[in-house]
Amino acid sequence: MTAEGAISVQGLRVIRGGREVLHGVSLEIARGSVTGLLGPSGCGKTTLMRAVVGVQHVAGGSVTVLGHPAGAPALRTRVGYLTQAPSVYDDLTVAENLRYFGRVYGVAPGRAEEVSAVVGLTSHLGQAVGRLSGGQRARVSLATALLNNPEVLVLDEPTVGLDPVLRRDLWEMFHGLARGGATLLVSSHVMDEAERCDSLVLMRDGQVLAAETPARLRETTGAEDIEGAFLTLIAGQEADV
Amino acid sequence: MNPRIALATAARVLTQLRRDPRTLLLLLLVPVVLEALMKGIFWDQPGVFQRVGVPLLGIFPMTSMFLVTSITMLRERTSGTLERLMTMPLAKLDLLLGYALAFGAVATLQGTLVSLFAFGLLDLNVAGSPAAVVALAVLNALLGTAFGLLVSAFATTEFQAVQFMPAFLFPQLLLSGLMVPRERMLSGLEVFSNFLPMTYAYDALYRVSSSASFSGALAKDVAILVGATLGALILGAATLRRRSG
Repeated sequence: MTAEGAISVQGLRVIRGGREVLHGVSLEIARGSVTGLLGPSGCGKTTLMRAVVGVQHVAGGSVTVLGHPAGAPALRTRVGYLTQAPSVYDDLTVAENLRYFGRVYGVAPGRAEEVSAVVGLTSHLGQAVGRLSGGQRARVSLATALLNNPEVLVLDEPTVGLDPVLRRDLWEMFHGLARGGATLLVSSHVMDEAERCDSLVLMRDGQVLAAETPARLRETTGAEDIEGAFLTLIAGQEADV
Repeated sequence: MNPRIALATAARVLTQLRRDPRTLLLLLLVPVVLEALMKGIFWDQPGVFQRVGVPLLGIFPMTSMFLVTSITMLRERTSGTLERLMTMPLAKLDLLLGYALAFGAVATLQGTLVSLFAFGLLDLNVAGSPAAVVALAVLNALLGTAFGLLVSAFATTEFQAVQFMPAFLFPQLLLSGLMVPRERMLSGLEVFSNFLPMTYAYDALYRVSSSASFSGALAKDVAILVGATLGALILGAATLRRRSG
Protein backbone atom coordinates (compact mmCIF):
# COMPACT_ATOMS: atom_id res chain seq x y z
CA MET A 1 0.00 0.00 0.00
CA THR A 2 1.44 3.32 -0.98
CA ALA A 3 1.28 6.28 1.34
CA GLU A 4 0.18 8.69 -1.36
CA GLY A 5 -3.39 9.96 -1.45
CA ALA A 6 -6.01 8.76 -3.88
CA ILE A 7 -6.45 12.12 -5.57
CA SER A 8 -3.89 14.88 -5.73
CA VAL A 9 -4.67 18.18 -7.42
CA GLN A 10 -1.90 20.76 -7.84
CA GLY A 11 -2.48 24.33 -9.01
CA LEU A 12 -5.34 23.32 -11.30
CA ARG A 13 -6.50 26.02 -13.67
CA VAL A 14 -9.41 25.53 -16.07
CA ILE A 15 -10.68 27.96 -18.67
CA ARG A 16 -14.20 27.46 -20.01
CA GLY A 17 -15.74 29.72 -22.62
CA GLY A 18 -12.83 32.17 -22.35
CA ARG A 19 -13.30 32.57 -18.60
CA GLU A 20 -11.06 31.05 -15.96
CA VAL A 21 -13.37 28.96 -13.73
CA LEU A 22 -10.77 27.24 -11.55
CA HIS A 23 -7.98 29.51 -10.31
CA GLY A 24 -5.16 27.25 -9.21
CA VAL A 25 -6.96 24.68 -7.07
CA SER A 26 -4.81 22.38 -4.92
CA LEU A 27 -6.21 19.45 -3.00
CA GLU A 28 -5.19 16.13 -1.41
CA ILE A 29 -7.75 13.41 -0.84
CA ALA A 30 -6.85 10.38 1.28
CA ARG A 31 -7.67 6.82 0.29
CA GLY A 32 -10.64 5.14 1.92
CA SER A 33 -12.49 8.33 2.77
CA VAL A 34 -15.67 10.15 1.86
CA THR A 35 -14.92 13.74 0.92
CA GLY A 36 -17.73 16.22 0.46
CA LEU A 37 -17.28 18.91 -2.15
CA LEU A 38 -19.48 21.82 -1.17
CA GLY A 39 -20.18 25.21 -2.59
CA PRO A 40 -22.80 27.24 -4.40
CA SER A 41 -23.94 26.39 -7.89
CA GLY A 42 -21.41 27.63 -10.43
CA CYS A 43 -18.42 27.61 -8.07
CA GLY A 44 -16.54 25.02 -10.12
CA LYS A 45 -17.46 21.74 -8.36
CA THR A 46 -18.47 19.96 -11.55
CA THR A 47 -15.46 21.28 -13.45
CA LEU A 48 -13.15 20.01 -10.70
CA MET A 49 -14.82 16.60 -10.78
CA ARG A 50 -14.58 16.44 -14.56
CA ALA A 51 -10.88 17.18 -14.26
CA VAL A 52 -10.48 14.35 -11.73
CA VAL A 53 -12.09 11.81 -14.08
CA GLY A 54 -10.09 13.22 -16.99
CA VAL A 55 -12.80 14.53 -19.31
CA GLN A 56 -12.01 18.22 -18.78
CA HIS A 57 -9.43 20.19 -20.76
CA VAL A 58 -7.13 21.83 -18.25
CA ALA A 59 -5.17 25.03 -18.79
CA GLY A 60 -2.57 24.42 -16.08
CA GLY A 61 -1.61 22.39 -13.05
CA SER A 62 -1.91 18.65 -12.59
CA VAL A 63 -4.40 16.07 -11.39
CA THR A 64 -3.11 12.68 -10.21
CA VAL A 65 -5.45 9.80 -9.40
CA LEU A 66 -4.13 6.58 -7.81
CA GLY A 67 -0.66 7.61 -8.93
CA HIS A 68 -1.62 8.13 -12.59
CA PRO A 69 -2.41 11.33 -14.46
CA ALA A 70 -6.21 11.81 -14.47
CA GLY A 71 -7.88 10.15 -17.43
CA ALA A 72 -5.00 7.70 -18.03
CA PRO A 73 -6.15 4.47 -19.73
CA ALA A 74 -5.08 2.48 -16.65
CA LEU A 75 -7.66 4.40 -14.60
CA ARG A 76 -10.65 3.68 -16.80
CA THR A 77 -11.50 0.42 -15.02
CA ARG A 78 -10.69 1.83 -11.56
CA VAL A 79 -12.65 5.09 -11.51
CA GLY A 80 -16.43 5.53 -11.46
CA TYR A 81 -18.13 8.80 -12.39
CA LEU A 82 -21.68 9.94 -11.86
CA THR A 83 -22.58 13.01 -13.91
CA GLN A 84 -25.06 15.51 -12.54
CA ALA A 85 -27.63 14.81 -15.25
CA PRO A 86 -28.31 11.06 -15.53
CA SER A 87 -26.28 9.73 -18.45
CA VAL A 88 -28.07 6.52 -19.37
CA TYR A 89 -30.12 5.41 -22.37
CA ASP A 90 -33.76 6.44 -21.88
CA ASP A 91 -35.07 3.99 -24.48
CA LEU A 92 -33.47 0.96 -22.79
CA THR A 93 -34.67 -0.76 -19.63
CA VAL A 94 -32.74 -0.51 -16.36
CA ALA A 95 -31.38 -4.03 -16.85
CA GLU A 96 -30.36 -3.37 -20.48
CA ASN A 97 -28.49 -0.22 -19.48
CA LEU A 98 -26.63 -1.95 -16.68
CA ARG A 99 -25.81 -5.01 -18.79
CA TYR A 100 -24.46 -2.88 -21.62
CA PHE A 101 -22.22 -0.75 -19.41
CA GLY A 102 -21.26 -3.92 -17.53
CA ARG A 103 -20.08 -5.50 -20.77
CA VAL A 104 -18.03 -2.42 -21.58
CA TYR A 105 -16.34 -2.82 -18.18
CA GLY A 106 -16.10 -6.58 -18.66
CA VAL A 107 -17.73 -7.40 -15.31
CA ALA A 108 -19.80 -10.53 -14.63
CA PRO A 109 -23.41 -10.30 -15.91
CA GLY A 110 -24.71 -10.73 -12.34
CA ARG A 111 -23.25 -7.31 -11.40
CA ALA A 112 -26.27 -5.62 -13.03
CA GLU A 113 -28.62 -7.20 -10.47
CA GLU A 114 -26.21 -6.50 -7.60
CA VAL A 115 -25.84 -2.78 -8.27
CA SER A 116 -29.54 -2.32 -8.94
CA ALA A 117 -30.22 -3.84 -5.52
CA VAL A 118 -27.73 -1.42 -3.93
CA VAL A 119 -29.64 1.58 -5.29
CA GLY A 120 -33.05 0.02 -4.58
CA LEU A 121 -34.17 -0.53 -8.16
CA THR A 122 -34.54 -4.32 -8.25
CA SER A 123 -38.28 -4.05 -8.84
CA HIS A 124 -37.74 -1.70 -11.82
CA LEU A 125 -35.20 -3.76 -13.76
CA GLY A 126 -37.56 -4.39 -16.67
CA GLN A 127 -38.78 -0.79 -17.00
CA ALA A 128 -37.60 1.65 -19.66
CA VAL A 129 -35.45 4.34 -18.02
CA GLY A 130 -37.37 7.10 -19.83
CA ARG A 131 -40.52 6.10 -17.93
CA LEU A 132 -38.92 6.35 -14.49
CA SER A 133 -39.06 9.37 -12.19
CA GLY A 134 -36.15 11.80 -12.07
CA GLY A 135 -34.83 10.33 -8.83
CA GLN A 136 -35.06 6.78 -10.16
CA ARG A 137 -33.19 7.73 -13.34
CA ALA A 138 -30.48 9.31 -11.20
CA ARG A 139 -30.19 6.00 -9.32
CA VAL A 140 -29.81 4.04 -12.56
CA SER A 141 -26.97 6.39 -13.43
CA LEU A 142 -25.46 5.86 -9.95
CA ALA A 143 -25.78 2.08 -10.28
CA THR A 144 -23.85 2.31 -13.56
CA ALA A 145 -21.02 4.12 -11.81
CA LEU A 146 -20.82 1.27 -9.25
CA LEU A 147 -20.63 -1.56 -11.80
CA ASN A 148 -16.85 -1.89 -11.84
CA ASN A 149 -16.36 -1.68 -8.05
CA PRO A 150 -14.36 1.51 -8.57
CA GLU A 151 -11.46 2.38 -6.26
CA VAL A 152 -12.21 6.06 -6.82
CA LEU A 153 -15.82 7.12 -7.12
CA VAL A 154 -16.63 10.67 -8.21
CA LEU A 155 -20.29 11.53 -7.62
CA ASP A 156 -21.77 14.80 -8.80
CA GLU A 157 -24.86 15.54 -6.68
CA PRO A 158 -25.91 11.90 -6.21
CA THR A 159 -28.73 12.54 -3.74
CA VAL A 160 -30.70 15.34 -5.41
CA GLY A 161 -34.43 14.72 -5.33
CA LEU A 162 -34.24 11.53 -3.29
CA ASP A 163 -36.44 10.79 -0.33
CA PRO A 164 -34.77 11.05 3.10
CA VAL A 165 -34.74 7.30 3.78
CA LEU A 166 -33.05 6.56 0.51
CA ARG A 167 -30.61 9.42 1.02
CA ARG A 168 -29.61 7.99 4.39
CA ASP A 169 -29.23 4.51 2.85
CA LEU A 170 -27.03 5.85 0.07
CA TRP A 171 -24.78 7.70 2.53
CA GLU A 172 -24.46 4.46 4.52
CA MET A 173 -23.53 2.73 1.29
CA PHE A 174 -20.91 5.40 0.52
CA HIS A 175 -19.31 4.84 3.93
CA GLY A 176 -19.45 1.08 3.43
CA LEU A 177 -17.53 1.50 0.17
CA ALA A 178 -15.00 3.74 1.90
CA ARG A 179 -14.49 1.19 4.68
CA GLY A 180 -13.81 -1.31 1.89
CA GLY A 181 -10.96 0.95 0.74
CA ALA A 182 -12.71 3.06 -1.91
CA THR A 183 -12.21 6.81 -2.10
CA LEU A 184 -15.31 8.91 -2.69
CA LEU A 185 -15.57 12.51 -3.80
CA VAL A 186 -19.19 13.59 -3.45
CA SER A 187 -20.49 17.02 -4.41
CA SER A 188 -23.54 18.53 -2.85
CA HIS A 189 -25.07 21.90 -2.29
CA VAL A 190 -27.06 20.62 0.66
CA MET A 191 -25.11 21.68 3.71
CA ASP A 192 -26.76 19.13 6.01
CA GLU A 193 -25.06 16.37 4.02
CA ALA A 194 -21.71 17.84 4.99
CA GLU A 195 -21.85 16.30 8.45
CA ARG A 196 -21.92 12.85 6.89
CA CYS A 197 -18.50 13.30 5.26
CA ASP A 198 -15.07 12.35 6.65
CA SER A 199 -13.65 15.55 5.26
CA LEU A 200 -14.95 18.59 3.45
CA VAL A 201 -13.76 20.81 0.66
CA LEU A 202 -15.51 24.15 0.56
CA MET A 203 -15.37 25.95 -2.75
CA ARG A 204 -16.40 29.39 -3.93
CA ASP A 205 -15.73 31.21 -7.21
CA GLY A 206 -13.28 28.64 -8.50
CA GLN A 207 -11.19 28.53 -5.33
CA VAL A 208 -10.92 26.21 -2.36
CA LEU A 209 -11.85 28.10 0.83
CA ALA A 210 -11.07 25.25 3.18
CA ALA A 211 -10.33 21.53 3.23
CA GLU A 212 -10.87 20.05 6.70
CA THR A 213 -12.86 17.52 8.67
CA PRO A 214 -16.32 18.82 9.61
CA ALA A 215 -15.32 18.98 13.31
CA ARG A 216 -12.09 20.92 12.64
CA LEU A 217 -13.97 23.29 10.38
CA ARG A 218 -16.49 24.17 13.11
CA GLU A 219 -13.66 24.47 15.61
CA THR A 220 -11.47 26.81 13.55
CA THR A 221 -14.35 29.05 12.52
CA GLY A 222 -16.19 28.90 15.81
CA ALA A 223 -19.41 28.27 13.91
CA GLU A 224 -22.15 25.92 15.08
CA ASP A 225 -22.73 24.22 11.77
CA ILE A 226 -21.13 23.92 8.34
CA GLU A 227 -23.37 26.61 6.87
CA GLY A 228 -22.13 28.99 9.56
CA ALA A 229 -18.54 27.92 8.99
CA PHE A 230 -18.95 28.63 5.29
CA LEU A 231 -20.29 32.12 5.99
CA THR A 232 -17.47 32.85 8.42
CA LEU A 233 -14.89 31.77 5.86
CA ILE A 234 -16.47 33.94 3.15
CA ALA A 235 -16.56 36.93 5.49
CA GLY A 236 -12.87 36.31 6.31
CA GLN A 237 -12.01 36.05 2.62
CA GLU A 238 -13.79 39.31 1.80
CA ALA A 239 -12.14 41.10 4.73
CA ASP A 240 -8.74 40.06 3.36
CA VAL A 241 -9.36 41.69 -0.01
CA MET B 1 -9.73 -2.41 -29.56
CA ASN B 2 -11.97 -5.04 -28.05
CA PRO B 3 -14.45 -7.15 -30.08
CA ARG B 4 -16.52 -7.82 -26.95
CA ILE B 5 -17.21 -4.10 -26.52
CA ALA B 6 -17.88 -3.52 -30.23
CA LEU B 7 -20.39 -6.40 -30.27
CA ALA B 8 -22.04 -5.25 -27.03
CA THR B 9 -22.38 -1.77 -28.55
CA ALA B 10 -23.90 -3.15 -31.76
CA ALA B 11 -26.40 -5.18 -29.72
CA ARG B 12 -27.25 -2.12 -27.64
CA VAL B 13 -27.83 0.09 -30.72
CA LEU B 14 -30.06 -2.60 -32.27
CA THR B 15 -32.07 -2.92 -29.05
CA GLN B 16 -32.59 0.85 -29.06
CA LEU B 17 -33.76 0.68 -32.65
CA ARG B 18 -36.14 -2.17 -31.78
CA ARG B 19 -37.68 0.04 -29.09
CA ASP B 20 -38.67 2.42 -31.88
CA PRO B 21 -40.69 0.19 -34.24
CA ARG B 22 -42.01 3.13 -36.23
CA THR B 23 -38.49 4.19 -37.23
CA LEU B 24 -37.63 0.61 -38.11
CA LEU B 25 -40.78 0.29 -40.21
CA LEU B 26 -40.04 3.57 -42.02
CA LEU B 27 -36.46 2.47 -42.67
CA LEU B 28 -37.65 -0.73 -44.30
CA LEU B 29 -40.75 0.48 -46.14
CA VAL B 30 -39.89 3.96 -47.43
CA PRO B 31 -37.33 2.67 -50.01
CA VAL B 32 -39.90 0.11 -51.21
CA VAL B 33 -42.57 2.78 -51.67
CA LEU B 34 -40.16 5.17 -53.40
CA GLU B 35 -38.92 2.47 -55.74
CA ALA B 36 -42.55 1.68 -56.64
CA LEU B 37 -43.13 5.41 -57.25
CA MET B 38 -40.16 5.50 -59.63
CA LYS B 39 -41.67 2.60 -61.50
CA GLY B 40 -44.95 4.54 -61.68
CA ILE B 41 -43.59 7.86 -62.92
CA PHE B 42 -41.48 6.17 -65.60
CA TRP B 43 -44.28 3.76 -66.50
CA ASP B 44 -44.04 4.47 -70.24
CA GLN B 45 -40.24 4.94 -70.20
CA PRO B 46 -39.03 1.55 -68.91
CA GLY B 47 -35.52 2.37 -70.12
CA VAL B 48 -35.27 5.28 -67.69
CA PHE B 49 -36.55 3.14 -64.81
CA GLN B 50 -33.87 0.57 -65.67
CA ARG B 51 -31.17 3.26 -65.64
CA VAL B 52 -32.09 4.95 -62.34
CA GLY B 53 -33.87 2.10 -60.54
CA VAL B 54 -30.77 0.06 -59.73
CA PRO B 55 -28.58 2.95 -58.51
CA LEU B 56 -31.44 4.11 -56.28
CA LEU B 57 -31.49 0.69 -54.57
CA GLY B 58 -28.03 1.50 -53.28
CA ILE B 59 -28.54 5.19 -52.59
CA PHE B 60 -31.60 4.84 -50.32
CA PRO B 61 -29.61 3.00 -47.63
CA MET B 62 -26.89 5.65 -47.76
CA THR B 63 -29.32 8.51 -47.06
CA SER B 64 -31.37 6.72 -44.41
CA MET B 65 -28.33 5.41 -42.50
CA PHE B 66 -26.75 8.85 -42.71
CA LEU B 67 -29.78 10.38 -40.99
CA VAL B 68 -30.30 7.65 -38.40
CA THR B 69 -26.63 7.57 -37.46
CA SER B 70 -26.16 11.31 -37.19
CA ILE B 71 -29.21 11.67 -34.93
CA THR B 72 -28.31 8.65 -32.77
CA MET B 73 -24.75 9.86 -32.35
CA LEU B 74 -25.89 13.40 -31.62
CA ARG B 75 -28.14 11.99 -28.87
CA GLU B 76 -25.19 10.06 -27.52
CA ARG B 77 -23.21 13.30 -27.38
CA THR B 78 -25.95 15.45 -25.82
CA SER B 79 -27.29 12.89 -23.30
CA GLY B 80 -23.90 12.51 -21.61
CA THR B 81 -23.67 8.80 -22.44
CA LEU B 82 -20.76 9.48 -24.80
CA GLU B 83 -18.89 11.26 -22.02
CA ARG B 84 -19.61 8.35 -19.69
CA LEU B 85 -18.34 5.86 -22.27
CA MET B 86 -15.20 7.96 -22.72
CA THR B 87 -14.39 7.48 -19.01
CA MET B 88 -14.74 3.71 -19.49
CA PRO B 89 -12.32 1.18 -20.99
CA LEU B 90 -13.82 1.60 -24.46
CA ALA B 91 -11.71 2.44 -27.51
CA LYS B 92 -13.25 4.96 -29.91
CA LEU B 93 -12.97 2.33 -32.62
CA ASP B 94 -15.08 -0.08 -30.53
CA LEU B 95 -17.88 2.46 -30.51
CA LEU B 96 -17.61 3.21 -34.24
CA LEU B 97 -17.42 -0.48 -35.13
CA GLY B 98 -20.42 -1.17 -32.92
CA TYR B 99 -22.41 1.44 -34.82
CA ALA B 100 -21.18 0.18 -38.19
CA LEU B 101 -22.12 -3.42 -37.31
CA ALA B 102 -25.59 -2.48 -36.10
CA PHE B 103 -26.47 -0.21 -38.99
CA GLY B 104 -24.77 -2.55 -41.46
CA ALA B 105 -27.16 -5.28 -40.28
CA VAL B 106 -30.18 -3.01 -40.70
CA ALA B 107 -28.90 -1.93 -44.13
CA THR B 108 -28.58 -5.57 -45.19
CA LEU B 109 -32.22 -6.11 -44.27
CA GLN B 110 -33.27 -2.86 -45.96
CA GLY B 111 -31.24 -3.49 -49.12
CA THR B 112 -32.43 -7.10 -49.41
CA LEU B 113 -36.07 -6.15 -48.96
CA VAL B 114 -36.12 -3.33 -51.53
CA SER B 115 -34.05 -5.40 -54.00
CA LEU B 116 -36.33 -8.43 -53.71
CA PHE B 117 -39.29 -6.12 -54.26
CA ALA B 118 -37.73 -4.33 -57.25
CA PHE B 119 -36.42 -7.47 -58.96
CA GLY B 120 -39.45 -9.61 -58.12
CA LEU B 121 -42.41 -7.28 -58.52
CA LEU B 122 -41.24 -4.23 -60.46
CA ASP B 123 -39.47 -6.18 -63.25
CA LEU B 124 -36.21 -4.38 -62.64
CA ASN B 125 -33.36 -6.28 -64.28
CA VAL B 126 -29.66 -6.35 -63.69
CA ALA B 127 -27.08 -7.82 -66.04
CA GLY B 128 -24.83 -8.55 -63.05
CA SER B 129 -25.69 -10.41 -59.89
CA PRO B 130 -28.58 -9.14 -57.73
CA ALA B 131 -26.45 -10.13 -54.73
CA ALA B 132 -23.83 -7.62 -55.90
CA VAL B 133 -26.52 -4.91 -55.82
CA VAL B 134 -27.38 -5.81 -52.21
CA ALA B 135 -23.67 -5.89 -51.31
CA LEU B 136 -23.18 -2.42 -52.82
CA ALA B 137 -26.29 -1.21 -50.98
CA VAL B 138 -24.73 -2.38 -47.69
CA LEU B 139 -21.41 -0.75 -48.55
CA ASN B 140 -23.23 2.51 -49.32
CA ALA B 141 -25.12 2.23 -46.05
CA LEU B 142 -21.81 1.90 -44.20
CA LEU B 143 -20.56 4.98 -46.05
CA GLY B 144 -23.72 6.80 -44.95
CA THR B 145 -23.15 5.63 -41.36
CA ALA B 146 -19.54 6.84 -41.43
CA PHE B 147 -20.58 10.26 -42.79
CA GLY B 148 -23.39 10.44 -40.25
CA LEU B 149 -20.93 9.84 -37.40
CA LEU B 150 -18.67 12.53 -38.80
CA VAL B 151 -21.27 15.26 -39.31
CA SER B 152 -22.88 14.62 -35.93
CA ALA B 153 -19.79 16.30 -34.47
CA PHE B 154 -20.73 19.52 -36.26
CA ALA B 155 -24.38 19.54 -35.22
CA THR B 156 -25.43 20.82 -31.82
CA THR B 157 -29.15 20.29 -32.30
CA GLU B 158 -31.29 17.68 -34.04
CA PHE B 159 -32.56 20.40 -36.41
CA GLN B 160 -29.02 20.97 -37.61
CA ALA B 161 -28.36 17.25 -37.97
CA VAL B 162 -31.47 16.84 -40.13
CA GLN B 163 -30.44 19.80 -42.31
CA PHE B 164 -27.04 18.23 -42.93
CA MET B 165 -28.77 15.58 -45.01
CA PRO B 166 -29.85 17.90 -47.86
CA ALA B 167 -26.71 20.01 -47.42
CA PHE B 168 -24.36 17.08 -47.59
CA LEU B 169 -26.11 14.42 -49.68
CA PHE B 170 -28.32 16.31 -52.17
CA PRO B 171 -25.45 17.95 -54.07
CA GLN B 172 -23.79 14.56 -54.28
CA LEU B 173 -27.01 13.03 -55.60
CA LEU B 174 -27.42 15.79 -58.23
CA LEU B 175 -23.82 15.45 -59.42
CA SER B 176 -23.55 11.65 -59.22
CA GLY B 177 -24.78 11.09 -62.78
CA LEU B 178 -28.20 9.89 -61.72
CA MET B 179 -29.98 13.01 -62.99
CA VAL B 180 -27.72 13.96 -65.89
CA PRO B 181 -24.81 11.94 -67.26
CA ARG B 182 -21.68 13.51 -65.83
CA GLU B 183 -20.01 14.05 -69.20
CA ARG B 184 -22.87 16.42 -70.13
CA MET B 185 -22.36 18.64 -67.08
CA LEU B 186 -20.41 21.91 -67.04
CA SER B 187 -16.79 20.84 -66.93
CA GLY B 188 -16.25 22.44 -63.52
CA LEU B 189 -19.12 20.40 -62.07
CA GLU B 190 -17.86 17.23 -63.71
CA VAL B 191 -14.42 17.73 -62.14
CA PHE B 192 -16.06 18.46 -58.77
CA SER B 193 -18.14 15.27 -59.03
CA ASN B 194 -14.92 13.26 -59.20
CA PHE B 195 -14.33 14.14 -55.56
CA LEU B 196 -17.78 13.06 -54.32
CA PRO B 197 -18.20 9.51 -53.00
CA MET B 198 -21.77 9.13 -54.24
CA THR B 199 -20.47 9.47 -57.80
CA TYR B 200 -18.69 6.15 -57.33
CA ALA B 201 -21.72 4.60 -55.63
CA TYR B 202 -23.81 5.48 -58.67
CA ASP B 203 -21.07 4.32 -61.07
CA ALA B 204 -20.65 0.97 -59.36
CA LEU B 205 -24.38 0.24 -59.27
CA TYR B 206 -24.78 1.35 -62.88
CA ARG B 207 -21.96 -0.98 -63.93
CA VAL B 208 -23.51 -3.94 -62.11
CA SER B 209 -26.86 -3.20 -63.75
CA SER B 210 -25.44 -3.00 -67.27
CA SER B 211 -22.72 -5.65 -67.35
CA ALA B 212 -22.38 -9.16 -65.96
CA SER B 213 -18.61 -9.08 -65.69
CA PHE B 214 -16.66 -7.80 -62.72
CA SER B 215 -14.56 -5.13 -64.44
CA GLY B 216 -11.50 -3.31 -63.22
CA ALA B 217 -13.51 -0.09 -63.30
CA LEU B 218 -16.03 -1.61 -60.88
CA ALA B 219 -13.21 -2.75 -58.60
CA LYS B 220 -11.89 0.82 -58.62
CA ASP B 221 -15.32 2.21 -57.68
CA VAL B 222 -15.62 -0.26 -54.81
CA ALA B 223 -12.10 0.53 -53.62
CA ILE B 224 -12.91 4.26 -53.59
CA LEU B 225 -16.14 3.64 -51.64
CA VAL B 226 -14.29 1.50 -49.08
CA GLY B 227 -11.57 4.15 -48.83
CA ALA B 228 -14.11 6.96 -48.35
CA THR B 229 -15.88 4.92 -45.64
CA LEU B 230 -12.63 4.26 -43.76
CA GLY B 231 -11.55 7.88 -44.19
CA ALA B 232 -14.85 9.16 -42.79
CA LEU B 233 -14.63 6.70 -39.87
CA ILE B 234 -11.11 7.85 -39.02
CA LEU B 235 -12.16 11.50 -39.22
CA GLY B 236 -15.24 10.62 -37.15
CA ALA B 237 -13.05 8.94 -34.53
CA ALA B 238 -10.97 12.10 -34.37
CA THR B 239 -14.10 14.08 -33.45
CA LEU B 240 -14.76 11.81 -30.45
CA ARG B 241 -12.82 13.52 -27.72
CA ARG B 242 -12.18 12.10 -24.30
CA ARG B 243 -11.68 15.62 -23.02
CA SER B 244 -13.82 18.65 -23.73
CA GLY B 245 -13.83 22.29 -22.71
